[in-house]
Amino acid sequence: MTGKTLFEKIWERHVVTERDDGQTLLYIDRHLAHDGSFNAFRRLRRLGLPVRRPDQTFATPDHYVPTHTADLDGLPDPKAREIVKAIDANAADFGVHIFPWGDRRQGIAHVVGPEQGITLPGLMMVCGDSHTSTHGALGCLAFGIGASEVAHVLATQTLWQRRPKTMRISVEGTLGFGATAKDVILTIIREIGTAGGTGHAIEYAGEAIRALSMEGRLTLCNMTIEAGSRFGIVAPDETTYRYVEGRPFAPAGEKWQRALAFWKTLPSDADARFDREVVLDCATIAPMVTWGNSPQDAEQVTGRVPDPAAEADPDRRHAIEQALDYMGLTAGQAIRDIAVDKVFIGACTNARIEDLRAAAAVAKGRRAKVQALVVPGSGLVKEQAEREGLDRIFTEAGFEWRLPGCSMCVANNGDMLKPGERSASTSNRNFRGRQGPGGRTHLVSPAMAAAAAITGHFTDVRELMEER
Amino acid sequence: MEPFTTFRAVGVPIDIANCDTDQIIPARFLRYLPEDGGGYDRYLFHDLRFDAAGDETDFIYNRAPYRDARILVADLNWGCGSSRENAVYVLVANGIRSVIAPSFGDIHYNNCMKHGVLPVRLERAACDRLRRQLHDRPGAEIAVDLVAQTVTGPDGDVYRFEIDAFDKERMLKGLDDIALTRQYDPQFEAFEKKHRELYDWL
Ligand code: SF4
Repeated sequence: MTGKTLFEKIWERHVVTERDDGQTLLYIDRHLAHDGSFNAFRRLRRLGLPVRRPDQTFATPDHYVPTHTADLDGLPDPKAREIVKAIDANAADFGVHIFPWGDRRQGIAHVVGPEQGITLPGLMMVCGDSHTSTHGALGCLAFGIGASEVAHVLATQTLWQRRPKTMRISVEGTLGFGATAKDVILTIIREIGTAGGTGHAIEYAGEAIRALSMEGRLTLCNMTIEAGSRFGIVAPDETTYRYVEGRPFAPAGEKWQRALAFWKTLPSDADARFDREVVLDCATIAPMVTWGNSPQDAEQVTGRVPDPAAEADPDRRHAIEQALDYMGLTAGQAIRDIAVDKVFIGACTNARIEDLRAAAAVAKGRRAKVQALVVPGSGLVKEQAEREGLDRIFTEAGFEWRLPGCSMCVANNGDMLKPGERSASTSNRNFRGRQGPGGRTHLVSPAMAAAAAITGHFTDVRELMEER
Repeated sequence: MEPFTTFRAVGVPIDIANCDTDQIIPARFLRYLPEDGGGYDRYLFHDLRFDAAGDETDFIYNRAPYRDARILVADLNWGCGSSRENAVYVLVANGIRSVIAPSFGDIHYNNCMKHGVLPVRLERAACDRLRRQLHDRPGAEIAVDLVAQTVTGPDGDVYRFEIDAFDKERMLKGLDDIALTRQYDPQFEAFEKKHRELYDWL
C-alpha cells in the first residue's frame, strides 16, 4: 500500500458521503464570511433557513470598507455603505461570530482567519472568495467558493465537490538575497501558467518552503488560485505550531496537546504519490515584476519586457501584443525603466506584519516620489506595526498609513487608479481594470513596491538594501 | 433553477484566452444585483464594450447579430480569477445559457451550473473551429444537447463533450442544491457526531 498525501489525509476525514459517480459531500469545519457574501445571506433569508453551525462561522467586512477614515460615511458610494452595514445585521440575525467595522480584530478575511486561530491545521475550510487558498499555509484544506455555495455551506455545513488531482511543487535550495515568497510564487506561476494547477490541489514542499515563515507561506498559498488551483497547502511543522499556539480560537491546554498529536500525523507520507510533480531550483529566483495582464506575465526586475516578434507561438504573440498595448509598454523595454504613478502595499497577499517590516526597511530615511498607500491587513497588524514604529517610518517617508481592508486591490472603496495610471502593487491580480478602469497594475513584493515608491520606477530592491 | 436539456441559439465568438471574471464583470459592479434593476445586462464585458466616455466600442458583443447571441464560444481558461457569482448573473441577464470553452476556471465552472448556465468543455481545436465559423457566418446557430452530451456546430458537425454525472442530473432537472443535500441529513448527523469526537479539540 502506498502512503497518503497531506491532502488525502484531510480530505478523507471530511467525507460525509460519496456517490458512485465520485461526487463527495464534504463536511466543512469552519467558514469565513465577508461583506461581499451579502447575497448568500439574502438567499438564506429567502429560503427561511438558519445557519447550521453559527459557532463555526466567522464574519468580517473587508472588500468595501473605507481605508482613509473610520467614518463609514466617508465611503463615496451609498451602496458600499449599505453592504458594510449589512454584515452586522446578518451576523446578529444568524448568530455568527463577527469582527465588525471599528473592531481592532477586523481586517481582510484571509488575514483575520490565521491571526485569530480560526484557521488551524487539519481543517476543511471555505470562504466565498477565491483567495481562500491562503489558509492552506497552515496545513488545512481551504478553498474559495461562489455565492450559491456559500449559502449551501451556511445552510448545511457541507459542500458537494469532486476530489481534485494532487500536485507537488518542490522548491529546493536557499532563497537568494532580496528574494521573497512573492517572488517564489510569481516564478512558479510563470513556469506552470495560470491554468497550470487547474483541477489540482497543490502541496508546496522542499527546503525553501520549509524555511519560509508563516507569513511567507500565506503569501505563497494566497496566489495558488492565480496558478489555476483552488488549494495550496504546506505541511504543518514547528513554524506552524509556534504561529498557532495561544491564538484566540485555537485549542488550548489539554485540547492543544490532542490537536498537536493529530496534526503531527498529517504531513504526506514518504511514499505518497502525486499526480504531478514539479521541481524548482531556488537559485534562479530573484525579485519579480509582472508586465502584462496575467500573473504569469512575470519577469525578473533585471530583465526586459518581452518582444512579441521573438515569440514563435502565434496565440502567445498576440496575447503579448495586446498586453503591451493595454499596459502602455514597448517591446524590449528594461523593466527598470518603467515609471510608476502609484504604489499600493497591502491585500491578502502581502499585508501582514512581516510584509510591512520589509517595506518599511526600504522606506526608512528615504522619501517617496509618488503616492504610496500602506494598508495593513487587519486592525491587529496595524497596532503591531504602530508599536514597532513602522507607521512613523512610512509617514516620514511620505507614504500614507491607512486603515485595514482590501482597498486598492479591488478598488471597491474609492482607492483606485485613474485610466492610464500605473501601479506597483503587492496584490495578486494584474487583470485589466482590476484597480480601476484603464488602470495598469504591476505585481511585486512589498520591498519592491517600497523601492518603486522611493525611486518612482521599478528598481532592483537589492541595490537599495546594499546601500545601507 | 431553470432546467437545461437542449438549447439552440446564435453563438458569439470571444477570442480572449484567460478571460478573467474582471473582464466578464468589473468589480465595481459587484455591489449591485440583477434584482436592483437598472440595466444589469450592460455590465457584461463592460470595460471591453464601453470606452471611458461610455460610448460603445467595436467589441464583437456590441455588434449585430452577435448582440443577440445566447451561446458564447470562448478560449482557454474562461472565467479564471475571482469567485464572483455575478459573472454568471450577468450571463443570465443577457439570456446566455451556455459557454463553450477548452477549459474553465474551477470556481466559475461550478457557479455557472447553479444558475442553469451549461459550461461545455470541448477540445481547443474544436473551439477554435467553432469560433472561426461564427466569425465567417455572423448569426450562425449552435445547438447544445445535454441529454446526448453533444454540441452541433453551424456546419452540422457534432462534437461530444463530457460532464460529471451528478452535475448533469442537477442541470437536467434544475435541482436546487440545498434541498437535495438535505436528503442526506441522516448521513450528516451520523458523520458530524463521529467527527466532533475526532476533532474534539475544535
Ligand atoms: S485583498 Fe484583494 S484579493 Fe484579497 S480578499 Fe481582498 S479583494 Fe480579494
